[in-house]
Amino acid sequence: MAELYDRYSSVVYAVALRVLGDTGAAEDVLQEVFLQLWRKPSAFDAARGSLGNWLAVIARNRAIDSLRKRRPETDIDDVVVSASCDMASDADRARAAEKVRGVMGNMAPAQRSALEMAYWEGLTHSEIADKTGEPLGTIKTRIRAGLIALRKAFQV
Amino acid sequence: MTEHEQFADDLALYALNALPGEDRARMKDHLETCASCRRELEHLRGDMALLTLSANGPRAPQRSRQRLLDAIAQEPRTPRLASASPSRSWWGVLGWTAAVAALVFAVVLWQQNSALKQTLASANSRAAESAREMEALRKVAAPIIEPDAQRITLVAVKTPPQPQGKAFYLRNRGSLVFLANNMPPLPPQKTYELWLLPTQGTPIPAGVFKPDAHGSASVVNPPLPAGTQAKGFAITVENQGGSDTPTMPIVMMGAGE
Repeated sequence: MAELYDRYSSVVYAVALRVLGDTGAAEDVLQEVFLQLWRKPSAFDAARGSLGNWLAVIARNRAIDSLRKRRPETDIDDVVVSASCDMASDADRARAAEKVRGVMGNMAPAQRSALEMAYWEGLTHSEIADKTGEPLGTIKTRIRAGLIALRKAFQV
Repeated sequence: MTEHEQFADDLALYALNALPGEDRARMKDHLETCASCRRELEHLRGDMALLTLSANGPRAPQRSRQRLLDAIAQEPRTPRLASASPSRSWWGVLGWTAAVAALVFAVVLWQQNSALKQTLASANSRAAESAREMEALRKVAAPIIEPDAQRITLVAVKTPPQPQGKAFYLRNRGSLVFLANNMPPLPPQKTYELWLLPTQGTPIPAGVFKPDAHGSASVVNPPLPAGTQAKGFAITVENQGGSDTPTMPIVMMGAGE
C-alpha cells in the first residue's frame, strides 16, 4: 500500500485540494480513498483501466460529496473507468496535463465554465442553469460535449 | 428524442454525480440492462480522469503517509492476507509494507481471475441449455413442418373433406406457421398466396404455396414486419411468383379466434 500511495497520492491529493480548497479536508479525502482501496481491493477492476485514473475519479467524487456535505452517492464497486491514458509516472501526467490544458484553453468559455462548475464544484445541471441563465438542455449538451472533446484529444 | 437518446444525454451528468435523485435512480436501473450505456459511462469517467490532470498542486504532507500506514495497521487483518504466512526472516528482509503492497496486487489479480472463470462457466452452461432447448423445439416442430410428415384431416363422418387452412401467428415476433389441407390443385402458372389482414391498412403478403399431390401445403415463417396486429388471414390465387396486392376473388378467409 505504501508503494501505491507513493505513486498515486499526489493525484488524489491534488484533486481533493482543488475541489475542497482546504488542506485538512483534502488530507481526509486522501486517507479515505486509500483506506477504501485497502479494504476492498476488488473494487478496482484491473483489466478495465489504470489504477491512477480510477483513483482520480473516486477522489473527485468523494471530495465533491464532502464539499456538498452529502453521503457518498456511488459505491466504489460500481465505478469502472476506461483507460484513456496512464497516469502512473510523473512524466506521463505532465505531458497529459499539458494536453488537457490545451483542450480546455481552446474550448468555448461557456462550455469550459459549465464543465468546470460541474466537475470541480459539483453543481447539478439545474444549479448551473440557474447560475448562468441558460436552459437545462444547453447545459447538458455543453458538459457532454466538453468531456468528449477531451476524449478526442487523447484518441490515437 | 427517443427514450434511449434521453438516457445517453444524461450519462455525462450521471458520471459527474450531477443528476438529481429521481433521474439518477432511473439511470441506475437503465444501466443494469443497457450494455452500450455502461460502456459509454466508463468512457465518460475516463474523460473525467483526464480533467483531474488540470489540477496541479502541492504534494500531500509527509504526515499523511504515516497516518495512512498507521490506520492500516489498525485495520483487522482480512482472511486473505492472513493466509499468506511467510517465514519470519522473509518479513524481516522485505519489510512488511512492501509485502502488503504485493499482496494487495495479488488479491486484485486473483479476484479478476475468479470473475473471469465464473463468466466462462456460466457462458458454457447457458450454451448447453440453449442446445437442449433447440433440440426440444425441433422435436415439436418436426411433425408439423417436415415435408414427409403425414397430414390427416379429420372431419365429421359422411362429410367430404373441404379445403382447410390453419394459421398460427405470433404477433410480437412476426412468426407465422400456416398449414393447408385438401387444397384444389392449380394450373402451373398459378399459385396460392397467403395474406395477413392487419387491423389497419392493406393486406400484407405472407408467402406463396402450391399444394402437393395430397392437397397439403405449408408456409413457415415468411418475412413479416414484427408487431403487426392481424384481424385475419386470407388466400387468393395469383400468378406464379405471387403479387404485392391481392387479386380478387378471395378463395379462403378466416378471422382470429
